Amino acid sequence: MVNGNTVNQNRASPTAEAISPPLWLLAELTYRCPLQCAYCSNPLAFTRYQNELDTEAWFSVLRQARAMGSAQLGFSGGEPLIRQDLEALVSEARTLGFYTNLLTSGVGLTAQRVDALAEAGLDHIQISLQAADPELAQALAGSAKAHANKLAMAKAVKAAGYPMVLNVVLHRHNIDQVGDLIALCDELGADAVELANCQYYGWAFLNRQALMPTREQLVRAEAETNRWRETLAARGRDMSLLFVVPDYFEQAPKACMGGWGSIFMTVAPDGAVLPCHSARELPMAFPNVKETSLKDIWYQSDAFNRFRGTQWMPTLCQQCDERDKDHGGCRCQAYLLTGDINATDPVCQHSPQHGLLESLIAENAQSTPEQASLIPRNARQSKQLQTKQLQSQDGSAEPSPRQTPELIYRQ
Amino acid sequence: MAQQDIYQLRRGWRLQWEAIQGCHVILYPEGMVKLSTTAGAILEQVDGRQSVADIIATLQRRYPGAETLTDDVVQFIEEARSNGWLTVKEVHCG
Ligand code: SF4
Ligand code: SF4
Repeated sequence: MVNGNTVNQNRASPTAEAISPPLWLLAELTYRCPLQCAYCSNPLAFTRYQNELDTEAWFSVLRQARAMGSAQLGFSGGEPLIRQDLEALVSEARTLGFYTNLLTSGVGLTAQRVDALAEAGLDHIQISLQAADPELAQALAGSAKAHANKLAMAKAVKAAGYPMVLNVVLHRHNIDQVGDLIALCDELGADAVELANCQYYGWAFLNRQALMPTREQLVRAEAETNRWRETLAARGRDMSLLFVVPDYFEQAPKACMGGWGSIFMTVAPDGAVLPCHSARELPMAFPNVKETSLKDIWYQSDAFNRFRGTQWMPTLCQQCDERDKDHGGCRCQAYLLTGDINATDPVCQHSPQHGLLESLIAENAQSTPEQASLIPRNARQSKQLQTKQLQSQDGSAEPSPRQTPELIYRQ
Repeated sequence: MAQQDIYQLRRGWRLQWEAIQGCHVILYPEGMVKLSTTAGAILEQVDGRQSVADIIATLQRRYPGAETLTDDVVQFIEEARSNGWLTVKEVHCG
């Protein structure tokens, strides 16, 4: 060996020394959830993964990740509150030195549980709201009681002294309520509000046509958010508003998860380890903590090394100055939109497929909201979709990811 | 900001030494900021008991050679406050 740098020169993957630690760990404790949000980012086939890690296995995941340098931890799902060992996991995580975030719909939360979690050392609870009023919330999430409970729990979270971030997933059916939503969050005493338009992965990809707002809706909602920022500032109210536009409407791709295998690691309910929570739908295999240590998975696995560095990139990206900043965009988006996992993210204005997004947006503006019905995320639909997929795999027709999903459910 | 003011970390915000990163970090809801050595040393003293003046005195004892210490502390606390990391515990007027 003449020089340490030459060792791995012929390999597509970067050297272990160049790989930074996974600072963020997302622990998806379960895919079970009482709600049925049509924009859920869980995989369509979530019913296939029912073999959940038990408490001991999660303890081991937490210890391994912390030893590797993970510091931010999100407990999510599905609905993480369904796990009866949540308090035990929080307590272990906090003892290990994690900053512990609970990402919940608020369903299943009680004032007693808020206190128990606080006692276990939970640092932060983020509750997601579907809509400003119970009727729309019910239509979107499929539960009548959920909305009232969320509001009560938001108050309980605040009363327990947690910093409170409220999260609202925006889309065509609730984006015109953005003013009311902000007013509601203000009333509930939120410290910060994320008004994030849903991105089209998982169930949201299936329901893309029905979820995509029009450009006019986006412009109006952003202007309304800006007006609220001024109103809040004038009142001296410290509640930050984050407004996120759907990627489809952008010209430059985001550095998805800060880059594939750069800082972020998701452990799915069954122990599969993913570079982001949407990656499961990519046509590739992911390692599992039941078989391999987290360290080997992060540093050595083909899955995590596959899109590190720039070698894998299409020429367009390899020759572009932005390549180290946006990493060629999101792999899931590239695959879902083009069928090619290695493609430049079509969100990029330089992508030869960028026009696809513009025509999708234009097409969608033509349909009425009434036509845009939603397929709820539940076990029945998940199984039906898997059967359909099998059938289309047997038949000669290739399932095209570009196809507009057929609407198979109406409320 | 007066030197008699007493600050503390905002509720839900946490300062922590991260051995793997080799630095102090501030952890807060779904976020993390890496701190420089100076910033870490200052923030360690922001405990809801010491005033800004006390912090300067403590650090002067610990780093007698540091020339711009007063400015560093005042500037950093000002910045940390505007980032929303700190809240005032007691304000001394006049
Ligand atoms: S997005 Fe909705 S359905 Fe999906 S896990 Fe969250 S609350 Fe449940
Ligand atoms: S061409 Fe590739 S690297 Fe350049 S901006 Fe577009 S996605 Fe990013």
